[in-house]
Amino acid sequence: MIYLDNAATTPMRPEAGAAMQPYLGDRFGNPSGVHGVARRAKDAIEEARERIAVALGAAHPLEIVFTGGGTDADNLAVVGSALVSGGGVVTTAVEHDGVLESARFVERLGHAVTIVGVDGEGRVDPSAVVAAVDGNTAVVSVMSANNETGVIQPVSEVADALTAAAPDVLFHTDAVQAFASLPVTVEKTGAAMITVSAHKIGGPQGVGCLYVRKGVELEPVIHGGGQELGRRSGTHNVAGIVGFAAAVEAAVADRGRYGSVVGSARDRFESELASRVKVEVTGADAERLVSHAHLRFPGVPSETLLIRLDQAGIAAAAGAACHSGAQLTSHVLDAMGVPPDQGAEAVRFSFGWADVTATASAAATVVADVVETLQ
Amino acid sequence: MKALVAMSGGVDSSVAAALMLEAGFEVIGVTLKQWVGPDGEMPTAGCCTVADAEDARRVAAQLDIPYYVLDYVDEFTRAVVEPFADEYLAGRTPNPCIECNRKVRFSALFDRMDALGTDVLVTGHHARVRRDEAGWHLLRAVDGTKDQSYVLHMLGQVELSRIRLPIGEMTKAEVRERAAALGLRTAAKPDSQDICFVKRDYRSFLDTAVPETARPGPVVATDGTVLGSHQGTTRFTIGQRKGLGIAVGEPRYVVEIRPASAEVIVGTRDDLLVDGCLVSGVTFVAGHLPVAAQVDVKVRYRSKPIPATIEADHDSGGVWRVSFDQKTPSPAPGQSAVFYDGEEVLGGGVIDDVIRSDG
Repeated sequence: MIYLDNAATTPMRPEAGAAMQPYLGDRFGNPSGVHGVARRAKDAIEEARERIAVALGAAHPLEIVFTGGGTDADNLAVVGSALVSGGGVVTTAVEHDGVLESARFVERLGHAVTIVGVDGEGRVDPSAVVAAVDGNTAVVSVMSANNETGVIQPVSEVADALTAAAPDVLFHTDAVQAFASLPVTVEKTGAAMITVSAHKIGGPQGVGCLYVRKGVELEPVIHGGGQELGRRSGTHNVAGIVGFAAAVEAAVADRGRYGSVVGSARDRFESELASRVKVEVTGADAERLVSHAHLRFPGVPSETLLIRLDQAGIAAAAGAACHSGAQLTSHVLDAMGVPPDQGAEAVRFSFGWADVTATASAAATVVADVVETLQ
Repeated sequence: MKALVAMSGGVDSSVAAALMLEAGFEVIGVTLKQWVGPDGEMPTAGCCTVADAEDARRVAAQLDIPYYVLDYVDEFTRAVVEPFADEYLAGRTPNPCIECNRKVRFSALFDRMDALGTDVLVTGHHARVRRDEAGWHLLRAVDGTKDQSYVLHMLGQVELSRIRLPIGEMTKAEVRERAAALGLRTAAKPDSQDICFVKRDYRSFLDTAVPETARPGPVVATDGTVLGSHQGTTRFTIGQRKGLGIAVGEPRYVVEIRPASAEVIVGTRDDLLVDGCLVSGVTFVAGHLPVAAQVDVKVRYRSKPIPATIEADHDSGGVWRVSFDQKTPSPAPGQSAVFYDGEEVLGGGVIDDVIRSDG
């Protein structure tokens, strides 16, 4: 099996797995306790917090709020900042559902929500985002890069324009997909809140964090025992958090290699396919993450192609992985103006940190072989 | 050889998948996602409910075969659900499972077999396929009480050459025993009876999905006397006895539905008797017209075959005239008439109208 669905989840980096092992065994403590077993767990998550804060360029470790993953963090950022001020949300039509559904939730509660469109390449115009902001806006959320297409958004331009036009509005970016290949930091994004997820960067599933700039107040979404300074209650996923920190450090250290090796593998994959079959690259004229090849093979329904590829030993996806089973029309492609019949032909191949140099050509050959029989 | 097994999540298709594996096939399991209710969930009644799809997935995992959900929601809505409501509005009684087989399951799945790289299509239907020098034959199931050949009558030679129905060779008890022996979670699962996109009964579905079907009107005797009123013609089917909302001495049956005037005509059992029916869209399994005009015909899924003669009605193309040997309680237009020669399915079509020789 050649695994080309790293945008859905990545294999665990060995550093992360090794770091987690003790916490799946005798270091089982609940960090919210007074005894030694609890203290060792508490030490572990606070050390992890420090390391992730450093990686993100945060000013203080307590700016990192551990969550149950990217969607959890997106909810806290969008819902939490809208609820605390009663203000509205401005976001884009291509966001992950974690952000979009959070926006729709606060809209149902009566908050103003504005969804800004994108161009045919999937890019949002920073001036359109700023134009949508008014005196009532609490938070603006623009993803760093799209999970389906890999198209990179002009996040720092949005941040700069917002700072100039509406300095009180909080800016959030979902950097879940971008973190593995882009230098996602507080400084580079200019964001007050940043979402990162462990399992997209070689860490375990079920853990992530929201960077929250010091001084930013959020209404919690998960209520309970007051963990994470009351911002996200619930007993800590200690092993997950430790693995997350190890994955963050490994991913950051690996970014240089990742950018060149994964990028050239992806490029070779795309060019070898183009030399054999009819294929269109989504967002070809936009800046894209090096990991994503979002392609359309005209005349080949993605549902059929994915099954054939699975049979042939290639794991790929049609779009977001959140809807298991049958495929739904992608809201991302919709927003880009892709007609539904073309959207039904979209397939995402996503490369990851694990060795891809040998597999890119092999994968291109298999994919082209299958597509040739269907086109 | 690769087999594409349509898995509903029931015991029959579960065992069918297992039998194909035992027969040496490479097996792929699929479930057709056909209906998304108003709440965005998969259906909750009949076959292919949420739990059913999950059962299919779990059985596939247990058999260690790849399993996929195929999205046929658009096709199903267009070809089955919308006509279902239209048929009731026209005073007819549709059989959505047959339309689903004709227009979704067997057309769409056959169309995709090549693309999916598979050689044969397998379902858990209780019916048998045989081949001799004359070609392919579709036969009633070994288990007469579970026979489903009625809903498969639209299959032709090309389809039969590519379909396998291993369950039709077994009794239901044998299927369950086999499932239990294999340790399949579906071994004791009850048979599904309902229409998959209809929650309790079809009337409440129509009330919600097509509110305009709730058009009240009179209940009228055959002599024109108004006996009562009703809440909508779609609540009735020909031959229906219960729920007429009238009080008369002897049993009364729905003998005619007139959607244009919203009238439901009721009469005695004698009034219900007809001499035959007109059947349209007729196809024959053999691909050519049958030799014998004398057949047994089934006019409902759960009815005994009755002797009849069939002949092409030359006045109207593609329509066949079915003459029952003896007067018979009226079938409901919209249901299928399926022609049998003993155990063998000859073909069939949709009942358009009934024939009353004296009327």
